[in-house]
This record gives sequence, C-alpha cells and structure tokens, in this order.
Amino acid sequence: MGNVLQINDLKVEFHVNEGVIRAVDGVSFRVPERRTVAVVGESGSGKSVVSQAIMGILPKAGRITAGSINFYDPAKGGAATDIASLPQDGPEMRAIRGGRISIIFQEPMTSLSPLHTVGDQVSEALKLHRRTSTKEALSLTEEMLRLVGFPNPNRALRTYPFELSGGLRQRAMIAMALVCRPALLIADEPTTALDVTIQAQILKLIRDLQDEFGMAVLIITHDLGVVANVADEVVVMYHGRVMESGTLDDIFRRAEHPYLKALLRAVPRFDMQPGERLVPIREIESEMGHLMQRKEPWPEGADAAPLLDVKGLSKRFSIRRAGMFGGKTGAENVAVDDVSFFIHRGECLGLVGESGCGKTTTSKMVMRAMRPDTGQITFNDRGQMRDVLALNEQELFDYRRKVQFIFQDPYSSLNPRMTVFDILSEPLIIHKLGDAEERFERVKELMQLVGLDVRFLRRYPHSFSGGQRQRIGIARALALQPELLICDEPVSALDVSIQAQVLNLLKDLKAELGLTYLFISHNLAVVDYIADRIAVMCAGRLVEMAPREALFSNPTHPYTKALLSAVPHPDPDSKLDLGALMEGRASDPRAWPMPFTINGSTRPALVDLGGGHFVRADPDGMHAVGRAA
Amino acid sequence: MFTFLMHRVLVMVPTLLVISVITFLIIRLPPGDYLSNQIEELKSQGEQAAVEKAEFLRKQYALDEPILTQYGIWMGFLPHQGRYSGILQGDFGWSFEFNRPVNEVVGDRLMLTVVLNFAAILFTYLVAFPIGVYSATRQYSIGDYGFTFLGYLGLATPNFLLALVMLFFFNLWFGLSIGGLMDPTYEGQPWSWGKSMSVLSHMIIPTIIIGTSGTAAMIRRLRANLLDELQKQYVVTGRAKGLPPTRLLIKYPIRMALNPFVADIGNLLPSIVSGSAIVSVVLSLPTVGPLLLQSLQSLDQYLAGSILFFLSILTVIGMFISDLLLAALDPRIRLAGGATR
Repeated sequence: MGNVLQINDLKVEFHVNEGVIRAVDGVSFRVPERRTVAVVGESGSGKSVVSQAIMGILPKAGRITAGSINFYDPAKGGAATDIASLPQDGPEMRAIRGGRISIIFQEPMTSLSPLHTVGDQVSEALKLHRRTSTKEALSLTEEMLRLVGFPNPNRALRTYPFELSGGLRQRAMIAMALVCRPALLIADEPTTALDVTIQAQILKLIRDLQDEFGMAVLIITHDLGVVANVADEVVVMYHGRVMESGTLDDIFRRAEHPYLKALLRAVPRFDMQPGERLVPIREIESEMGHLMQRKEPWPEGADAAPLLDVKGLSKRFSIRRAGMFGGKTGAENVAVDDVSFFIHRGECLGLVGESGCGKTTTSKMVMRAMRPDTGQITFNDRGQMRDVLALNEQELFDYRRKVQFIFQDPYSSLNPRMTVFDILSEPLIIHKLGDAEERFERVKELMQLVGLDVRFLRRYPHSFSGGQRQRIGIARALALQPELLICDEPVSALDVSIQAQVLNLLKDLKAELGLTYLFISHNLAVVDYIADRIAVMCAGRLVEMAPREALFSNPTHPYTKALLSAVPHPDPDSKLDLGALMEGRASDPRAWPMPFTINGSTRPALVDLGGGHFVRADPDGMHAVGRAA
Repeated sequence: MFTFLMHRVLVMVPTLLVISVITFLIIRLPPGDYLSNQIEELKSQGEQAAVEKAEFLRKQYALDEPILTQYGIWMGFLPHQGRYSGILQGDFGWSFEFNRPVNEVVGDRLMLTVVLNFAAILFTYLVAFPIGVYSATRQYSIGDYGFTFLGYLGLATPNFLLALVMLFFFNLWFGLSIGGLMDPTYEGQPWSWGKSMSVLSHMIIPTIIIGTSGTAAMIRRLRANLLDELQKQYVVTGRAKGLPPTRLLIKYPIRMALNPFVADIGNLLPSIVSGSAIVSVVLSLPTVGPLLLQSLQSLDQYLAGSILFFLSILTVIGMFISDLLLAALDPRIRLAGGATR
C-alpha cells in the first residue's frame, strides 16, 4: 500500500516582531492510503501549523524554510507533487486545496460564514473544483448532506449555519470538506468543541465516510482517547518536533519516549485506583500560608444539615418574537426543570451534562445571579439555615463572600487592564477586608497557594499561559475564603497536561482548606477524578445522582449509560462501540424507554435506589422493572 | 419579512410624532416670536398700518394661542379659523421673514439639498470603499500609511477652508463662477438643459468638500471592520476550499464588513446636512442649511420648524433604508427578526 502524503524534514518559521519563531522543526511522517494517522500534542506543539503547511494556508508571517511535503494523488496514479515548493495561492495549490486535500476545523460555530446558506457554502467547493452546473452541484451537495446525516438535506440547502446546532454545523463542515471526494482529509481537533455524545457520532461519521470514499485521514488532536479510538498510526509532537511515532499499538503499549509516557499519565481515566493521582508533566508547588488557614472551626453539630440544599429549582426563558407592536411572548424554553440536590460540607458534587442542559443556569441560580421561577435554595451558614432566595441586599453581600465562582474561560474572565495584584485584591477591597498591608500579605499568600511566583504580581493577564490564568482565577475565588466554590468547566479550555495540574491543585485545596465544590463539567473522566458524588443533567432535568462508584458501576438511566459509553478511553483495547450509539436521540427525553420517558403524559420523579443513588423515573414503572430484575 | 417591514413602517409614525413635538418645543423655547418682536419694533416707529397687518398675521397663524394649541394647529390636528391648515394637510405655514409660504421658500432648496447630500454620500462611499478595502488587505503597507495620512489630513482640515481653496483653483483652471449652485445667469430661470449642466458642474466642489469630511472616518471604520473579519475562521475555511484570493475577499469578509457600512447611512444623513451648513454659507449654496440658520436666528418659527421636520423625516427614512438593506444583506437580522433571548 502506498502513501498519500510523505513529509520530510519540514521546517516552518514565523517572522514576528519579536524575531523568528521556528514552529515546526524538522518534522517527518507519512500518511498511508486509506489509513488514519493522528498527530498528538499540547497546544503550541506545532501540530496545527503542520496541517496549515499541508493545506498551504499558513498565515502571512509563516513560511516553509526547508523540507518537502509530497502529495501522491491516487487519482493521478500516485504522481508526486511537492506542496512545499508550490506558491501558496497559485492555481496548482488551489486545485489541490479543497479538491484533493481538504480540512475540517475545530470551531463549527465560526468556521462557516453566517451570511451564506449551507447549500451555497458546500456547493462552492464543487463549483471550484469540478465544472458542474449549479443545478448539478446542488443535487450532489444534497446527496452529500444526506450522507453526513442531515435529516432533511433538501431543506438544509437553504438553511443558514446559525440555525443549526453545533453537531449539525460540524456535519455541514464535513460535507463541505468531502463533497469533492478528496484523497486526504485533515481533521484539526474536529470534536474538541463538541459534547461527548456528539463527538462519538462525528468520529463514527468520519470513519464511515473514510471507508466509503477510500480516503486517508490525518487527525490532529490533543485527546488521547480520540486517538486510541480512530488512529492506525500515531505521531507525537512536542515543541515543533516529532517525539515518537509508530502504530497505535506501539504508542499505547510500548511508549518509549518520556514525554509520551508523561502525557499518558496526565489524562484522567476511569480505571484509576482509588487515591491514585494524576501526574502532570510539570508539577506546581503549592504552599500554604498562615493567613489562609486562620479560619474559625464550625460550631458543634452545625454540620447536621448539608451546606447547600437545592429543592425543585425551575427556570423558564421565554423567547420573545417580534410582533407587529413590540414584543409578544412566544414559546417558552424550559432551561431548568425541578432540579434538586444537596452538597455536604467538604464534599465535591460533580454536575455533568452536555451543553445547553441547564448546568450553568443552575449554578447561576445558586449564586443568585439569576432568579429561579420556583424552588428553594438553603445555605447552611455555620449552623444557621439561610434561605438564599429571600436574602436582602446586605445578606446577599455576605452570602457572596461564602460562595465563589471559577469560570471556564481563563482568557475572558480576567480583566486585561488590571495587574494580577489588582485582580486578587479587588474582592478584599470590595468586602473591606484588612488594610493595605494585610491585603498585600494575603495576596502574596494566594499566589503561593496556587503555585505562582510572587514576582508576577505586577504583570498583566496577557503575559500568562492559559493554565496560569486559570490559577489566577482560582486564587481570586479563594481570596475571600469561601465555603463553597462553584467551578464551571474550569479545565475544559486547558490542555491535558495543564488540566492535570489544575485538577490536582483543586483537589489539594479542597483537602487543605476544607472547601466544598460544585464542579460542573461535560467531561465524565474529569468529574470521576475529582467528585465524591455525581449528578447527571439532561434537558434541564437531573436524571441521575449517585456516589461516584455507584454511578460508574451501576448506571441506571439510559442517558447516563449513553454518556458513559460515548467517552473515548485512551486505551486501544476498549474502543467505543460506535454502532451502539443512539443516533442523536440519547438526549431526547421522549426517546428514553419506559419507565424513564418524559413526555406530556408522564412526569417521572427522582426514585431512591438506596445508598444515595437516585434516578429519575416513573416510580411505579421503576418498581416493575425492579421486580422483573 | 413582511411583518418586519410593517413593523418598521409603523414604528416610524410615533417616532416622527415625538420628533415633531421636540422640534416645536425647541423653536418655541426662546421668549417671544417673530411677529411680536416685529410689532414691538413697528410700534416704536409708530407705523400703525404695518402693526395692524402684523397683528392680523398673528391671528391668522395662531401665534396668540397657547403653546399646545399652536402645536396642534401647526401639525394640523386642530382646526383653525384662519387660512392656515397645518402640516398634515400639506401646508407648512408662512415664513414671516420672507413674507411667502414656507413651501415656496423651501421648495427648490430642499430638492437641491437632497440631491447635493445624496451626491456627497455617494462620493463618500465610492471613495471610502475601495480605499478601505485596499488599506485592510494591505495592512501596514506604504499605500495603507499613505491613505491613512491623507485621511487624517482630511479630518484635520476645516471644510470651509478646503472649500475656499478649491473654489479659487476651480475658478482659475476651469473658469467656474465662484459660489452658488449654478451660473448667475440661470438664477430664477425655469429648468433647462443648460441650467441642469450648470448645476451639475457647480455641484462638483460642494460634493467633494462635504463628501471628504465623512470619507476619512468611513475609511478607518471599514478598514477596522475588514481587518477583524479577515482574522475570522470562515475566511480560512474559504481559503481551504481553494477559493482564489480576490473572490474569497469579495464573497466573505467584504460582505460581512458591509454591515456597519450600511448601518451608517442613517447616521450619515443628518450629520451631513447639519455639518454642511457652514460650507453652504461659505460657498453661498442655495441649500436649506443657511436658511435654517437664518430662520432660527430670527425666530421665524414655521420656516425653522418645517426645515427641522424635513431633516428628521430624511433621517428616519435613511434609517429605514439602512434597516431594509441590512435585512436584505444579513439573514441573521432577517430571520431572527428582532427576537431576543
């Protein structure tokens, strides 16, 4: 079997104001026909630059300085073309780009133009590379949209990207890349921005189409779980160089290079031993100061009630439609429906669910940044029960000291015009804690607590990496010594190695400071690593809640099962059962089998299965199932 | 789409009503009115006949009524026993200063104003668009810096100064008569081929002068928008499809960058009309700008009110047009139709 692509000693340099950066430094690998090759690495490892070089879409500042990229087009009998020597925007390169080699990007939200219909954007590639009439192009496009799984391809031709969900947009992107039947498909983090269930569907789709069209796939990712599931060969990159490459078995079973071994140890897995810690590639030194520890112990018996008790929380958003005279209330969208949970002090409750399931809305209501329509939130303030929804302004101000938030995006959650010192001391100033000297002491301690150098205090956020910024965000949340920390996807924007750092830090802080976490994530493996109990949300409802071990050993709800089966494991022996996925229906409450179905006629409630394991089901039906079992 | 249109048209009605109230209140803010001022003056000179005529006019035009009634009569909501019927009936009142109906005083001038400003906007767009695109696609090139420099020069030079300089050179080179919108021989003549040509040739200078004031700002805005759009992922997607650079540029980023450009039409209209008043005075153009200035100074309330009202209508219509164009250009506006989450 021949190769489709052979890269030899590729070097790419970027000329920027600060000088010359060598982003790719002597990379060589091959992509065999009909096979999938995965390029793995952290961000900044140069893996995306390689893909840009192959496509000839390097940014203006970038230039290939040495090496060759030989493309053997099977349609031309395998004659070699050296892409590296072609001018980027010349006609030969343009004929290859999008026609013979195409690419799909990470962000399905921004990769498509919002002003042009899906049909227009997909058929454009056809019109460019094959001399087809508009009508013919549209019918071919429709066929392609059907192949990638659009339920109504004819209608899809005329829809705009903003009318589609993330999963469908990525499918449209795949259709656009494949409509010319390329010899090689480059997938640059194709599923990173998607939910696990959608991710599994997209991976399956790429695999199916690869078989059907007989093309080679070059997948670029940082997710070793994805690699283990789809790749035949693996190339590991670090700092612009290839650290290790080989077949999937070589890499996962006989990893030789220390970097790869370290990378494998940094990923949370389901089969970790109790008490086993992740090993980040670079450990951070956290140091506990005396000010942070000085916290009064709770009075005797104050822990009898849970720290946070949420009952029957519901929130609807009405979608306003423009009527003839101003706003008319149109359809209502149930964001959160009858959500109840509790968190004991010193516990970590993981809240899992795909995007749009209402997890963030729930957390905002706990913060009282948003008022629920119905429901009750009780906070245990050292033995005194406080009704969070009835707090007046002064009480709310005090409550905010006890409940703090860590945000998902470390880039936009820090004010770029404030120094780290300003950022960390702001909560103290707002709550009028201490004088200037004491605040300085405390801020220094916070920095040491999250393992950052005190000398960084005068710097601005832009000079920090994503992981460092997230640690600044954590330090800011800890400044007021809160009881409860709400972490909204704190690691989902971070690389695996950094993710391990931050997770370990959060785990240590919880133990040392006696913190309580509400940990929101879409990543089950991450939640598994950090949480004591896990609550699963879907379509605004809490469908299952159980201690960690119970949930993983005995998942009861069909959605939990689907979620668990869709997580790709970084282990070639336990591949995803791509055929068993409920085609996009896993998150549709009406498609769940009895007694879990939620539709107009049934309204299942949380049923106690014992041992703190709850599942949302019809109580009678559940007992029937129990008897049958 | 139809409901969107209807909605926009219906919203224009209350908008104009509110504008009319504010306009009227503003011109009635200074104490007294044109006629009572004149009556005082005539009385001191002892001219009884003229005083009587003025008193008669005051009654005719309801200046002796309370202010709310005056507003109602001006708009034509309330009947009045005099000759005056109100704006809704197409009667804009009497200009006391010119001693002619407002319709007559404003008539030609309004049309010339509209034509001139339309030409100025067209000029702005025609110049700003290619330069903006050039500057954005060749960021930090010599051309970009050159245009930026010229743009700042244009921003910093007072319009009337530029107007005087250009008048001088056009007179020197092309023998164009100084000032006015037509050769003096055609003034007061009926419209003819020669007069139209004369107007056209005289319009060049004012168009350029009024146009350039907005051009520099427009170039900067378009350049900034386009630079933003060029960074976007969908542009890379287009490149990855194999689109030639020029086609890519026109189909995706320019299309996206058009939005603020189009939305500006509504903003541009009033600023051009009010900003061109001084230029019009300097060039002695027969547009409504200088007339407005004069009428406001002399408290000629119906004339001032009518002109202000015309300008507001122009602005509201401009906004409407830009909304329509935006809806046609951007499916997100068209399909979301003002729905908010």
